Amino acid sequence: MLHTLVVYVENKPGVLSRVVSLFRRRAFNIDSLTVGRTEKPDVSRMTIVVDADDDQARRIVANVYKLINVLLVDDITGEPAILRDLAFIKVGATHQARSHVLELASVFRARVLDVAPESLTIEITGTEDKIDGLLEVLRPFGLLEVVRTGQVAMRRGAKPSTMTAKANGTGPVDDDTVSYSV
Amino acid sequence: MKAQKATLTGARILWECLEREGVKHVFGYPGGAILPAYDALKHSSIHHILVRHEQGATHMADGYARATGDVGVAIATSGPGATNMVTGIATAMMDSSPIVCITGQVGSKLLGSDAFQETDITGVTLPITKHNYLVTRSEDLAPAIREAFYVAKSGRPGPVLIDITKDAQQGTCEFDWEAATPRLRGYRPDLSPAKESYERALELIHEAKRPVILAGHGILVSGAEHEVQAFAERTSIPVALTLLGLGTLQASHFLNLGMMGMHGEAWVNTTIQQADLLLAFGMRFDDRVTGNLKNYAPNAKKIHVDIDPAEINKNVKVDVALVGDLRKILHELLPRVEMRDRREWLESIHGLKGDTAVRDIQNLPDNGHLYAAHVINDLWHETREHESIIVTDVGQHQMWEAQYYKHERPRSLITSGGLGTMGFALPAAIGAKVACPSSDVWVVVGDGGFQMTMCELATIVQENLKVNIAIINNGYLGMVRQWQEFFYEKNYEATPLLSPDFTKLADAFGIRSALVRKRSDVVPTLRDSRTHDGPMLIDFQVEQEDTVYPMVAAGAALHEMIRRPNPLVETAEDE
Repeated sequence: MLHTLVVYVENKPGVLSRVVSLFRRRAFNIDSLTVGRTEKPDVSRMTIVVDADDDQARRIVANVYKLINVLLVDDITGEPAILRDLAFIKVGATHQARSHVLELASVFRARVLDVAPESLTIEITGTEDKIDGLLEVLRPFGLLEVVRTGQVAMRRGAKPSTMTAKANGTGPVDDDTVSYSV
Repeated sequence: MKAQKATLTGARILWECLEREGVKHVFGYPGGAILPAYDALKHSSIHHILVRHEQGATHMADGYARATGDVGVAIATSGPGATNMVTGIATAMMDSSPIVCITGQVGSKLLGSDAFQETDITGVTLPITKHNYLVTRSEDLAPAIREAFYVAKSGRPGPVLIDITKDAQQGTCEFDWEAATPRLRGYRPDLSPAKESYERALELIHEAKRPVILAGHGILVSGAEHEVQAFAERTSIPVALTLLGLGTLQASHFLNLGMMGMHGEAWVNTTIQQADLLLAFGMRFDDRVTGNLKNYAPNAKKIHVDIDPAEINKNVKVDVALVGDLRKILHELLPRVEMRDRREWLESIHGLKGDTAVRDIQNLPDNGHLYAAHVINDLWHETREHESIIVTDVGQHQMWEAQYYKHERPRSLITSGGLGTMGFALPAAIGAKVACPSSDVWVVVGDGGFQMTMCELATIVQENLKVNIAIINNGYLGMVRQWQEFFYEKNYEATPLLSPDFTKLADAFGIRSALVRKRSDVVPTLRDSRTHDGPMLIDFQVEQEDTVYPMVAAGAALHEMIRRPNPLVETAEDE
């Protein structure tokens, strides 16, 4: 099954490669990985989706914690959370097809970013399922180019991941950004 | 008293920091990109030991670390100097040995340009270091070094590499030791278990009828030898040891069963298979000690005490995990464990030993053949009274040493366990001797492994080190031959090994030497070596096709062992 991990890392050169190298070397399968800045300039945040059972997921969390630059890992699988993926879809749409495509886009609450004589470029934000659904109905028109960001995630409610993360079942994290590397 | 702040070159800062970290010796090999650092060595009191190959430098640092528990330091230049360190770094990683490796790197402006002797060594060593650093500015050097030492020796120790560009060595900056105090918010090596875990562990311990302690390398790292002994004695629980755990409990202790695993004694493995509780202390259920996981200790509950959460449930599902420092955890448990009468269990284990004794090659009368087991047994007798450190290589001799040398003291055996690095012994012994000059250091090495790093004989001579070298020479890559014998229909492909005349080789280095073929010559020659004022090499030409018994074949259950045929029968066949 897919596990979604929220990972806080120090914003330093080479940290992404350390995380990715770990997944490769321990033979864990990454489904998607996104990385970006956070509210703190020296902290980056990753959302990593991995294909793993619960035991494997616990080992992945423990191993990610071992990286010195990793501050916090929160496995939010099965927790109330917001999950979003963003995609740009360039779809072949000549004069006759254009209105059909626009109709479908509006059903999915997608936005049109660019219109050309032979194509439309659409932006859609949503769960992966929703984007897969839109791609499916647009496929007959001809998908010229697709780019997706991969999933980003955040817990619902007031508590941020920094207050809920557990290190390998050893207990809650008290202070704001701590880690369990050994 | 040195001024707190001074303007220094990166090169000077490097040595200054090493001195303040307590470093007395570094093992290294100079070259272009590290030359500024070597040029600044004249200002330092640190003794530099010139090695013959950078792999040797890393094994020496490793041997130094394992002999003392302190951080060992190796230094090399960029490119080939750095890549030659890879095997030694991986060895230290697998055995959680604290070393710091320093490499020169091309100037920061040339990084990524495929400049002469440029290798992305931080990239190369990413998966085999606990952490690594690329330092491109002299002001980042002191914090990197302080962090590196802290990371290397704290928590689960491991190797850390610092790659320093040439301009970072040459540039100057204000040196401020205090400001360079490690502030690693992403690193907290001081985990401790939850209260409930202790309760659950105590319950299991008190319920158990047939418990066994599995004692590993973590005991040494944690410094928990006394606590483990006290725990075992208080609870009357017998102790089986991993290869790297040997020495953590005296071999002569009545609760010490000996080594477990692929070449562990039959009674040890059988005991583990029959146990109803395993207490894993600082060991990681490596495949060499568990055999087939599907039927490993099938009736046993498991308590795993380890400082590394990533080891929990990795190979073996455990019932209770106590994550943290073993010594601290045992201090919590000790006052709360109840004494139990386990005579029945201990006697049943004792009953298993008889069968093994019959098969023991030690009980073979002298039939003119020299067996490695005899050499090791004699070595043990001759060195046990003296403070001796045995450093073994990898292969058959390593297993015979583990079986026949009875280690009474912690850190009296240094060997490459996890990575199984041939060529480890000679350089690691140099590191151990440098660290412990008053101990007798013995290298026990095969003819194959010796030839991988024998260039370091020159280092021994140049540094005037008294190292005793016992080559267990059987003319084969013995352990590989043994596998070919058992699993590849005796197809001895590429295992017969031609060697030079080792005594002449020693002569060429100016090292005293001897050749031993007879059992009666073993003891006098060992004595000669021990009392000789200088290094000595002994070429023990032993039985060529001897085999390490018992053996758990890869994939077999731990109790399914290939046993040594009754030696009396073997003698009859011989004649």
